[in-house]
Amino acid sequence: MTLLRHLGAAIVLAVILGLLSVALNAFRDYQMAQVALYAVAIAGLTVLVGLSGQISIGNGAFMAVGAYAAALLLMHLAWPLAAVLAASAAIAALAGLAVGVAAARLRGPYLAGVTLMLAVALPSLATRFTGVFGGDQGLAVNISTPPAFLGTNFPLTRWQAWISCAAALIVLVLLANLGRSRIGRSWRAVRDDETAAALAGLNVAALRVLAFVVSAACAGLAGALLGITTTLVSPGSFTVTLSITLLAGAVLGGLGSLAGAVWGSLIIVLVPTYVTDVATSHGLSSSVAANIPIAAYGVVLIAVILLFPDGIQGLVRRLLGPAVPVGKRRENGPVSTPRRPAPASEHSEEGAP
Amino acid sequence: MKRSPSRRRVGVVAAAAALALVAAACGSSGSKGSGSGTSNTASAPGITKSQILIGSHQPLTGVAAPGYSDIAPAANAYFEYVDHHGGVYGRKITYHYLDDAYDPAKTVSVVHQLVLQNNVYAIFNGLGTPTHLAVVKFLNSEKVPDVFVASGCDCWNNPSAYPQTFGWQLDYIREGKILGAYIKQHFAGKKIGYFYQNDEFGQDGVKGLDMEIPHSQVVSRQSYDPTNINIAPQVAALKAAGAQVVVSFSIPDFTALLKLISLKLSFSPQLVVSNVGADPTTLAGLLEAFAKKGGATVNGNQLTQGIITDGYLPSLGEAGNSWISLFKKIHATYDAKAPLDGNVLYGMAAAYTFVQAMLKAGRNPTRADLVSAINRGLPQGPAIAPYAYSSSDHDGITGAYVGVIKNGIIVPKGPVMTTDTSPSGAVTTFSGAEQAAPASGIPSP
Amino acid sequence: MQEFLEFTLGGISFGMIYAAIGLSLVLIWRGTRILNYAQGAMAMFTTYIALIVINHTGNYWAGFFVALAAGLVLGAVCERVVRPAEGKAPLNAVLVTIGLLILLEGLAGIIYGGQFRSFPAAFSITGLHIGGTALGIAWNDVFVAGAVLAAALALAVLFRYTPVGLRMRATAFNSGVASLLGVRVGRMLTLGWALAGLIGALAGVLVTPNTFLYPNSMDSIFVLGFTAAVIGGLDSPAGAVVGGLILGILLNYVSGYLGSDLVPIFGLAALVVVLMLRPSGLFGATATRQV
Repeated sequence: MTLLRHLGAAIVLAVILGLLSVALNAFRDYQMAQVALYAVAIAGLTVLVGLSGQISIGNGAFMAVGAYAAALLLMHLAWPLAAVLAASAAIAALAGLAVGVAAARLRGPYLAGVTLMLAVALPSLATRFTGVFGGDQGLAVNISTPPAFLGTNFPLTRWQAWISCAAALIVLVLLANLGRSRIGRSWRAVRDDETAAALAGLNVAALRVLAFVVSAACAGLAGALLGITTTLVSPGSFTVTLSITLLAGAVLGGLGSLAGAVWGSLIIVLVPTYVTDVATSHGLSSSVAANIPIAAYGVVLIAVILLFPDGIQGLVRRLLGPAVPVGKRRENGPVSTPRRPAPASEHSEEGAP
Repeated sequence: MKRSPSRRRVGVVAAAAALALVAAACGSSGSKGSGSGTSNTASAPGITKSQILIGSHQPLTGVAAPGYSDIAPAANAYFEYVDHHGGVYGRKITYHYLDDAYDPAKTVSVVHQLVLQNNVYAIFNGLGTPTHLAVVKFLNSEKVPDVFVASGCDCWNNPSAYPQTFGWQLDYIREGKILGAYIKQHFAGKKIGYFYQNDEFGQDGVKGLDMEIPHSQVVSRQSYDPTNINIAPQVAALKAAGAQVVVSFSIPDFTALLKLISLKLSFSPQLVVSNVGADPTTLAGLLEAFAKKGGATVNGNQLTQGIITDGYLPSLGEAGNSWISLFKKIHATYDAKAPLDGNVLYGMAAAYTFVQAMLKAGRNPTRADLVSAINRGLPQGPAIAPYAYSSSDHDGITGAYVGVIKNGIIVPKGPVMTTDTSPSGAVTTFSGAEQAAPASGIPSP
Repeated sequence: MQEFLEFTLGGISFGMIYAAIGLSLVLIWRGTRILNYAQGAMAMFTTYIALIVINHTGNYWAGFFVALAAGLVLGAVCERVVRPAEGKAPLNAVLVTIGLLILLEGLAGIIYGGQFRSFPAAFSITGLHIGGTALGIAWNDVFVAGAVLAAALALAVLFRYTPVGLRMRATAFNSGVASLLGVRVGRMLTLGWALAGLIGALAGVLVTPNTFLYPNSMDSIFVLGFTAAVIGGLDSPAGAVVGGLILGILLNYVSGYLGSDLVPIFGLAALVVVLMLRPSGLFGATATRQV
């Protein structure tokens, strides 16, 4: 039943998005494609961080893996687009497997440190192996043109929007089902109390690795879509900033929630363009003024985390509170306070001011 | 935790604000001029009877911003000067440059916005090789003129695949050949070491150097990563190989680091540095805090003394040069906050070239008119060597002079040399003269 | 042999900088269980303040000590900003510090502009020689290593032998019981962040002669400092110093013998190897939780 409900919602959304893509102009179509692909990446991250409780500041590296995989496949093998996207996700999933296994015993900041270093180191492989990966200039991605049956004048940006939105809907349906399944419940159990979960018979390590694999697959798919919509993959697009942006989007949108992933991707795609428009319309074009949106972003991030820790989705839930069935309401929001690692003794909460 | 009414109100207001933000962002921006009056018409997207709207992508923030972020404001300063002195056929140039933080994915976003949302007439001086590579196909498929790319990559010279795209500055292969020919002539028999950035800028420079310098002379090749400031191991390797001349294709901060680390390692080769990394004003600024400690007694200039470099625009220290006087005047009036250095010179010279092209394109040009105007060739302008522009060649400046830094300015040490980008093309002396700047500061149509 | 000596000594010099950043991260982690991603940006900001003082007064040491004082203040201020997130999910605190990082870099760009600034070194930067052999380091590098070591020792003395240090350790160990015993927990937390800000500011003025000063100048230094702290174990200040030295020397060898483009990969490899053997770092306390 859950599956049918999700599929139904997806089909309705698909129709709405399709109509929207026709109604909007080419630039908005391009932005739609961007929102969709970042939603895929953030959804994967929010599952990893929100559902299974593992922090990652390195999902940008998995996006890079997927993007380069797609570029190389399109360049050397000329597979159909769907096959390329699936293969990119699979290759990134393999990378996630490797990272998840290596990091299976790591918690909290130690895991954060490894993922941060991963985000820094993995793109540098492109400059090391220039012959394969094209070095700093990157690899050109062959433009995927709309198929013939859509007509010769079908705009490229609308086609990009369709591909991205289709991929996003499929991923969201799959993740929604996964979240409601036994695996999803097991993830939450591991997140909330690892020892109790292990005592209850769950294979904690395997679950943690699986979360990494799923998250990396989503990031890889998003990376492939990024390569296809921007027609170039190069290391400059996959810096630590990207990983931080994904994490910020996940938390701002509402951690652990797929709707939150969509909110987050809307924020990270639309707000910077809007703020830049505002800044330049006030005649500020110098590099000093270009830093104002950055400082503002920092302030907003701090303010939102401190005031609305459950993000936009949490806000929406609270506003729609009376309309949501009781069973679905949760007191603490999507993320309950997890235990913090205490090396020598318990670290009690009551005394903290 | 009780939910108090005021918090709920805050939540509602915040949600409404967020929705308003999203709605406003979805609203279209950009105004269109209305046509009326004289013989100016709105002949192309971005052109109205009174305005020419052009766009660019520039690294205004992030790690590539220092230095490069001064280029667009300087170009804008020249455009403002032109606007206040009659404009281009009476039209004002509006230069809309957006920040891409040197991130190619962001470049694609801002260029899509400029072309699809703001409807610019052309993209001018897009900065960076990996960044511009991300948008060159899009611009060409949309038939948007992509003129005077701010990058020395040879890849912009591809008229069959990218007919809308034109380079401008001296490309890195030519620069390597010119420096290499100078080294071959003046440092025969000496041991040469290469120090280069490990991207297309350094690699193309090395390609050019190798076309001229005999391989047996090169004792060490050290590349550096611009994100890693610890270059001591690379300099130690150059020293261990016994390099007597070090040719450096580096950006200014790494040239300064090369000098500082060499001091620390007691290594004093002759430095030959490519143009972008040898701007005397920038280098002196970077080194000024060390001048006293480094054993030098005067100022930062002392540490740059004797560095050999090349230039394809007039030297900022050249007294009596009509271009330098013109640009200094414009800088003082329109861009005074920025230091007067090579970046400002670059921006204004490129802007001058754009105005030349627009005047040649006609009073009511279409986008294709601008492209064909450049294809018919442009007069030399501030460059010290001619442009290669033709319908079969989209390269810009073709030559440079080799000079040495003395007391903070580049002093030419020989004639202007021109060449091409092939291994067999010779490096020849350019016998033509430099052009003088027009008295009004604005090119004639 | 000459090269090897130069690599090793240069590696120690940089390694001490990573150690300093690592130390400040450990200080904050022990006290508040928060990872301060803004540590590098805070150091960059105080270095700008130092530069302004140096340019106005012409005196390096005036700027040096003003930077340290500014680090104290900035650390305390940042702690107050992060405090509401201290009791909640760790991820919230992570993102607040990331927000601080972004804000500080943006502010630096607005106030000081994005251009490179030259920052002086405390002592001579010409190479030292023993006999005829060039060592590849200068007096300034000796000062860098010495200053960080002195700071680490001062911290150790503070924690072990002073009443304030005892109170801070009590707060980190069990803030509830400490509060019941009369320790002003809030003040101790603020003091922890302030000291971390001081050490970070020290790292900033020591390393910036090598990086030149601009809003993003401390970004890559921070990543390596973080790695050093993780390698050493986030609970252990000694671990941060050891981790920094190991990382600095190892990466210098990699850069010199294998190529500078392999440095990030080897940094990652070192981190993964250490953590696979000891998941809480070299000197971190392991939580036993056998099931």
